[in-house]
Amino acid sequence: MTTVHFKINGEEKSVAAPPMKRLLDVLREDLHLTGAKEGCGEGECGSCSILMNGELVNSCLVPILQAEGTHIMTIEGVAHLVEKNEKLHPIQQSFLEKGGAQCGICTPGMILATHYLLDKYPQPTLLQIQEGLAGNLCRCTGYMRIFDAVQQAGRQNLTTGVAE
Amino acid sequence: MRSNVADFTLIAPPTLNATLEILACDSSLYTPIAGGTELMVALSANRLAQKNFLSIKHLTELRFIDATPDAITIGSGTTFTDIRRHAVIATDLPLLNQAASWTGSIANQNRGTLGGNIVNASPAADSPPALLAYDATVTLVSATGTRTIPYRDFHLGYKKTVLRPDELLYSIKIKRNFGGYITYTRKVGTRNAQAISKVALACLALLDNGVVRDIRIGAASLHETPIRCTATEQSILNQPSTPSTIAAARAALATEVRPIDDIRSTAKYRAAVAASLLEEFLRTLSG
Ligand SMILES: Cc1cc2nc3c(=O)[nH]c(=O)nc-3n(C[C@H](O)[C@H](O)[C@H](O)COP(=O)(O)OP(=O)(O)OC[C@H]3O[C@@H](n4cnc5c(N)ncnc54)[C@H](O)[C@@H]3O)c2cc1C
Ligand code: FES
Ligand code: FES
Repeated sequence: MTTVHFKINGEEKSVAAPPMKRLLDVLREDLHLTGAKEGCGEGECGSCSILMNGELVNSCLVPILQAEGTHIMTIEGVAHLVEKNEKLHPIQQSFLEKGGAQCGICTPGMILATHYLLDKYPQPTLLQIQEGLAGNLCRCTGYMRIFDAVQQAGRQNLTTGVAE
Repeated sequence: MRSNVADFTLIAPPTLNATLEILACDSSLYTPIAGGTELMVALSANRLAQKNFLSIKHLTELRFIDATPDAITIGSGTTFTDIRRHAVIATDLPLLNQAASWTGSIANQNRGTLGGNIVNASPAADSPPALLAYDATVTLVSATGTRTIPYRDFHLGYKKTVLRPDELLYSIKIKRNFGGYITYTRKVGTRNAQAISKVALACLALLDNGVVRDIRIGAASLHETPIRCTATEQSILNQPSTPSTIAAARAALATEVRPIDDIRSTAKYRAAVAASLLEEFLRTLSG
């Protein structure tokens, strides 16, 4: 066991775990943050996407020791803004309004990938959306509604800004 | 079946020197892990033969891009995202920029490193054909010093390289003398995005009055290692690209590739597509 320290959704945490334990499992089992999901466990589906030091990564491929000293944001950190603002984060609101979420398994990852995309391209083109979300698979929506949701969040960006 | 993570160890020595010292003491004990986009997949699938890992992901000494007027040197720990964001690579090394953008999803590019792509030594990997076409050199480092060799001598056989267990890949260097070269690269996979190649070529050529004065063809998935197609290059060197020299080049290519049947494709398909890609490239050189 190794003790690893990091900041998660703004809070300092230390966790004792085997150093090769996947960040995804630490989130879900040790920290009870079950927003990030395991779809494939091999970097293909993006349902475990989180932001690590602001970069979109698949938490199923990160050994926990490599998270030492990092800042991690999970979907719970996005939703956390709800408490502060008493309303959904603009990306969540857009997914809700545009039907970008059905069963919801891919949604936490989609929202973090969208968050990362909009940080880079506040008004993304359809191609930029397709590339930005290409690592996130969805079995339900057929993607079009997700693209609509991202575009709507982008448009809102223009007026409100989606950064935390 | 999932591996039992408690069976594995992982350490993260604070510096490159400390890392090399540990590898010098007992290199058989530790396997380096950089972005983990190969090794962690194997861990999940319970396919990891090794038990003890040494993280090099945090070593800033391995993560750099150094552009001088003569050359671009890239640290082995540089991610594909770092490569894509680098303005000089985008303009001077378009084949490498393109390869980086092909290497899995954005999340994968944020973690996966150029060094991991090379040392993992898959014949289907995306960066090797570009590095072969650019005639890159690689520098290997150990506690006893460094050695620099042409990248084309790095791969010895299927997943076998010249890297010693006490060594790390330190950096990859490419000369900046490709002004005026025509570039071509194409990856053929099951679909356009997020698929490992069935066949890929990365090519450079310099024309002088319609005559091919220099040509370099790097290929993936056509041999047990990434290869430079030197017989094909020779077949058209110092000649113009015409239907007859293109036919000769296709014939030369057939003599030097050894594609295989595997889960992604068949040898026959790979050979046929490789010849078509070659022709597509050579046609861009015809007047
Ligand atoms: C979903 C997914 C899609 C992918 N798509 C592609 C693709 O399209 N094209 C492609 O080419 N690859 C692809 N990959 C493979 C992988 O992302 C790349 O090979 C990547 O470059 C590996 O780098 P890494 O740092 O993550 O390697 P790691 O997993 O950390 O290491 C890989 C190997 O390299 C060794 N190693 C790493 N760095 C060094 C060093 N500096 N010195 C010595 N040894 C070292 C390790 O010991 C290990 O054997 C994909 C992977 C995933 C999960
Ligand atoms: S569970 Fe991590 S990418 Fe699928
Ligand atoms: S909403 Fe069900 S997988 Fe995307």
